[in-house]
Amino acid sequence: MLHIVNKSPFERSALDSCLRVAPKGGAILLYEDGVYAACVETTVTDTLKAAAIEYSVFVLGPDLAARGIAPDRVIEGIEVVDYGGFVDLVEEHGPVQSWL
Amino acid sequence: MNELEPDYDTEGVVKKFMFVNRKAPYGTIYALEILETVLISAAFDQDVSVVFMDDGVFQIKKGQDTKAINVKNFSPTYRALEGYDVEKLFVERESMEARGLAVDDFVVPVEVLSAEELGGLMDQQDVIITG
Repeated sequence: MLHIVNKSPFERSALDSCLRVAPKGGAILLYEDGVYAACVETTVTDTLKAAAIEYSVFVLGPDLAARGIAPDRVIEGIEVVDYGGFVDLVEEHGPVQSWL
Repeated sequence: MNELEPDYDTEGVVKKFMFVNRKAPYGTIYALEILETVLISAAFDQDVSVVFMDDGVFQIKKGQDTKAINVKNFSPTYRALEGYDVEKLFVERESMEARGLAVDDFVVPVEVLSAEELGGLMDQQDVIITG
Protein backbone atom coordinates (compact mmCIF):
# COMPACT_ATOMS: atom_id res chain seq x y z
CA MET A 1 0.00 0.00 0.00
CA LEU A 2 1.10 3.54 -0.76
CA HIS A 3 0.26 6.21 1.82
CA ILE A 4 0.06 9.74 0.47
CA VAL A 5 -0.06 12.88 2.62
CA ASN A 6 -0.86 16.36 1.28
CA LYS A 7 -1.38 18.41 4.47
CA SER A 8 1.13 20.59 6.29
CA PRO A 9 2.42 18.82 9.42
CA PHE A 10 2.35 22.17 11.25
CA GLU A 11 -1.37 22.70 10.71
CA ARG A 12 -3.02 19.31 10.47
CA SER A 13 -2.59 15.87 12.04
CA ALA A 14 -2.77 13.87 8.78
CA LEU A 15 0.89 12.90 8.82
CA ASP A 16 0.78 11.93 12.52
CA SER A 17 -2.20 9.68 11.82
CA CYS A 18 -0.43 8.15 8.85
CA LEU A 19 2.69 7.40 10.88
CA ARG A 20 0.59 5.99 13.74
CA VAL A 21 -1.36 3.61 11.52
CA ALA A 22 0.79 2.66 8.53
CA PRO A 23 2.62 -0.66 9.02
CA LYS A 24 6.39 -0.25 9.19
CA GLY A 25 8.21 -0.98 5.96
CA GLY A 26 5.52 0.67 3.84
CA ALA A 27 5.84 3.55 1.41
CA ILE A 28 4.80 7.14 2.15
CA LEU A 29 4.69 9.98 -0.39
CA LEU A 30 4.53 13.61 0.73
CA TYR A 31 2.96 16.00 -1.80
CA GLU A 32 1.29 19.45 -1.98
CA ASP A 33 1.53 21.06 1.50
CA GLY A 34 2.72 17.71 2.84
CA VAL A 35 6.18 18.46 1.41
CA TYR A 36 6.86 20.93 4.22
CA ALA A 37 7.36 17.87 6.43
CA ALA A 38 10.43 16.87 4.40
CA CYS A 39 12.48 19.96 5.34
CA VAL A 40 15.48 20.06 7.64
CA GLU A 41 15.62 22.23 10.78
CA THR A 42 11.90 22.28 11.59
CA THR A 43 9.98 21.08 14.64
CA VAL A 44 8.97 17.90 12.78
CA THR A 45 12.37 17.07 11.27
CA ASP A 46 13.23 14.51 13.97
CA THR A 47 9.90 12.74 13.43
CA LEU A 48 10.55 12.51 9.70
CA LYS A 49 14.13 11.35 10.16
CA ALA A 50 12.80 8.48 12.27
CA ALA A 51 10.05 7.79 9.73
CA ALA A 52 12.60 7.64 6.91
CA ILE A 53 14.28 4.74 8.72
CA GLU A 54 11.07 2.77 9.34
CA TYR A 55 9.41 3.51 5.98
CA SER A 56 10.36 4.33 2.43
CA VAL A 57 9.57 8.06 2.37
CA PHE A 58 9.25 10.02 -0.87
CA VAL A 59 8.51 13.66 -1.63
CA LEU A 60 7.16 15.17 -4.84
CA GLY A 61 9.75 17.43 -6.49
CA PRO A 62 7.38 19.82 -8.34
CA ASP A 63 5.63 20.63 -5.04
CA LEU A 64 8.98 21.30 -3.36
CA ALA A 65 10.00 23.67 -6.16
CA ALA A 66 6.65 25.51 -6.04
CA ARG A 67 7.20 26.19 -2.35
CA GLY A 68 10.79 27.33 -2.73
CA ILE A 69 12.32 24.34 -0.98
CA ALA A 70 15.72 23.51 -2.48
CA PRO A 71 16.66 19.82 -2.82
CA ASP A 72 19.54 20.32 -0.38
CA ARG A 73 16.97 21.28 2.30
CA VAL A 74 15.30 17.87 2.12
CA ILE A 75 16.00 15.47 4.98
CA GLU A 76 18.57 12.82 4.10
CA GLY A 77 16.87 9.49 3.49
CA ILE A 78 13.80 11.02 1.88
CA GLU A 79 13.80 10.50 -1.87
CA VAL A 80 12.61 13.21 -4.27
CA VAL A 81 10.43 11.91 -7.13
CA ASP A 82 8.75 13.57 -10.12
CA TYR A 83 5.24 12.91 -11.47
CA GLY A 84 6.48 9.82 -13.31
CA GLY A 85 7.95 8.58 -10.04
CA PHE A 86 4.57 9.11 -8.37
CA VAL A 87 2.97 6.85 -11.00
CA ASP A 88 5.70 4.25 -10.52
CA LEU A 89 5.07 4.24 -6.76
CA VAL A 90 1.36 3.64 -7.29
CA GLU A 91 2.12 0.83 -9.69
CA GLU A 92 4.65 -0.76 -7.38
CA HIS A 93 2.78 -0.45 -4.08
CA GLY A 94 -0.80 -1.06 -5.16
CA PRO A 95 -3.75 0.49 -3.32
CA VAL A 96 -3.39 4.10 -2.24
CA GLN A 97 -4.44 5.41 1.17
CA SER A 98 -4.88 9.18 0.92
CA TRP A 99 -4.48 10.99 4.27
CA LEU A 100 -6.47 14.09 3.34
CA MET B 1 -31.03 63.88 -1.94
CA ASN B 2 -30.18 60.41 -3.16
CA GLU B 3 -31.26 57.89 -0.55
CA LEU B 4 -28.25 55.74 -1.30
CA GLU B 5 -25.83 58.47 -0.30
CA PRO B 6 -24.70 58.22 3.33
CA ASP B 7 -25.67 61.29 5.38
CA TYR B 8 -22.21 61.46 6.89
CA ASP B 9 -18.85 62.21 5.36
CA THR B 10 -16.60 59.18 4.86
CA GLU B 11 -14.01 61.06 2.85
CA GLY B 12 -10.57 60.75 4.37
CA VAL B 13 -11.47 58.19 7.04
CA VAL B 14 -8.41 56.05 7.70
CA LYS B 15 -8.75 52.89 9.73
CA LYS B 16 -6.08 50.55 10.96
CA PHE B 17 -6.41 47.30 9.02
CA MET B 18 -4.46 44.17 9.92
CA PHE B 19 -4.33 41.18 7.58
CA VAL B 20 -3.26 37.95 9.28
CA ASN B 21 -1.93 35.27 6.94
CA ARG B 22 -1.93 31.81 8.52
CA LYS B 23 -2.02 29.46 5.49
CA ALA B 24 0.62 28.06 3.17
CA PRO B 25 0.43 29.57 -0.34
CA TYR B 26 -0.79 26.86 -2.74
CA GLY B 27 -2.66 24.17 -0.77
CA THR B 28 -5.67 26.47 -0.31
CA ILE B 29 -6.90 29.74 -1.86
CA TYR B 30 -6.70 31.76 1.38
CA ALA B 31 -3.27 33.31 0.77
CA LEU B 32 -4.10 34.66 -2.68
CA GLU B 33 -7.50 35.95 -1.53
CA ILE B 34 -5.97 37.84 1.40
CA LEU B 35 -3.29 39.30 -0.86
CA GLU B 36 -5.95 40.66 -3.22
CA THR B 37 -7.82 42.15 -0.28
CA VAL B 38 -4.64 43.82 0.96
CA LEU B 39 -4.19 45.48 -2.44
CA ILE B 40 -7.81 46.70 -2.42
CA SER B 41 -7.53 48.21 1.06
CA ALA B 42 -4.28 49.88 0.10
CA ALA B 43 -6.02 51.46 -2.90
CA PHE B 44 -8.38 53.12 -0.38
CA ASP B 45 -5.40 54.65 1.45
CA GLN B 46 -5.95 52.74 4.67
CA ASP B 47 -3.36 52.11 7.38
CA VAL B 48 -2.44 48.53 6.51
CA SER B 49 -0.37 45.99 8.43
CA VAL B 50 0.26 42.50 7.07
CA VAL B 51 1.17 39.64 9.38
CA PHE B 52 2.61 36.26 8.45
CA MET B 53 2.29 33.59 11.13
CA ASP B 54 1.80 29.82 11.40
CA ASP B 55 2.02 28.35 7.86
CA GLY B 56 1.48 31.88 6.47
CA VAL B 57 5.23 32.46 6.77
CA PHE B 58 5.64 30.08 3.80
CA GLN B 59 3.85 32.60 1.56
CA ILE B 60 6.92 34.85 1.45
CA LYS B 61 9.54 32.12 1.16
CA LYS B 62 12.15 32.91 -1.48
CA GLY B 63 12.73 30.73 -4.54
CA GLN B 64 9.17 29.64 -5.33
CA ASP B 65 8.91 28.12 -8.81
CA THR B 66 5.40 26.91 -9.65
CA LYS B 67 5.84 26.07 -13.34
CA ALA B 68 5.61 22.33 -12.74
CA ILE B 69 2.36 22.52 -10.74
CA ASN B 70 0.60 24.83 -13.22
CA VAL B 71 -0.31 27.46 -10.63
CA LYS B 72 0.52 31.17 -10.70
CA ASN B 73 3.46 32.06 -8.47
CA PHE B 74 2.12 35.11 -6.64
CA SER B 75 5.08 35.52 -4.28
CA PRO B 76 6.60 38.38 -6.38
CA THR B 77 3.43 40.40 -5.68
CA TYR B 78 4.45 40.80 -2.03
CA ARG B 79 7.44 42.80 -3.27
CA ALA B 80 5.03 45.17 -5.06
CA LEU B 81 3.19 46.04 -1.82
CA GLU B 82 5.78 48.71 -1.08
CA GLY B 83 4.57 50.55 -4.19
CA TYR B 84 1.11 50.73 -2.62
CA ASP B 85 2.59 52.14 0.61
CA VAL B 86 2.04 48.82 2.38
CA GLU B 87 5.30 48.65 4.27
CA LYS B 88 4.31 47.25 7.66
CA LEU B 89 5.05 43.57 7.20
CA PHE B 90 5.44 41.39 10.28
CA VAL B 91 6.47 37.81 10.92
CA GLU B 92 5.86 36.04 14.19
CA ARG B 93 9.14 34.63 15.48
CA GLU B 94 7.94 31.31 16.83
CA SER B 95 6.20 30.40 13.55
CA MET B 96 9.31 31.28 11.55
CA GLU B 97 11.72 29.35 13.74
CA ALA B 98 9.47 26.27 14.02
CA ARG B 99 9.65 25.99 10.23
CA GLY B 100 13.43 26.33 9.96
CA LEU B 101 13.21 29.80 8.42
CA ALA B 102 15.08 33.06 9.04
CA VAL B 103 14.54 36.66 7.83
CA ASP B 104 16.98 36.04 4.95
CA ASP B 105 14.58 33.43 3.56
CA PHE B 106 11.86 35.98 2.75
CA VAL B 107 11.20 37.87 -0.50
CA VAL B 108 10.41 41.08 1.41
CA PRO B 109 11.92 42.89 4.40
CA VAL B 110 9.89 42.06 7.50
CA GLU B 111 9.90 42.98 11.16
CA VAL B 112 10.03 39.93 13.40
CA LEU B 113 7.71 40.07 16.43
CA SER B 114 7.23 37.87 19.46
CA ALA B 115 3.75 36.43 20.01
CA GLU B 116 3.26 38.95 22.81
CA GLU B 117 4.28 41.91 20.61
CA LEU B 118 1.98 40.67 17.86
CA GLY B 119 -0.90 40.39 20.30
CA GLY B 120 -0.32 43.97 21.40
CA LEU B 121 -0.30 45.17 17.81
CA MET B 122 -3.54 43.30 17.10
CA ASP B 123 -5.13 45.08 20.04
CA GLN B 124 -4.53 48.45 18.36
CA GLN B 125 -6.37 47.62 15.12
CA ASP B 126 -9.81 48.76 13.96
CA VAL B 127 -10.29 45.86 11.55
CA ILE B 128 -8.60 42.44 11.44
CA ILE B 129 -8.99 40.11 8.47
CA THR B 130 -7.58 36.62 8.81
CA GLY B 131 -7.04 33.84 6.32
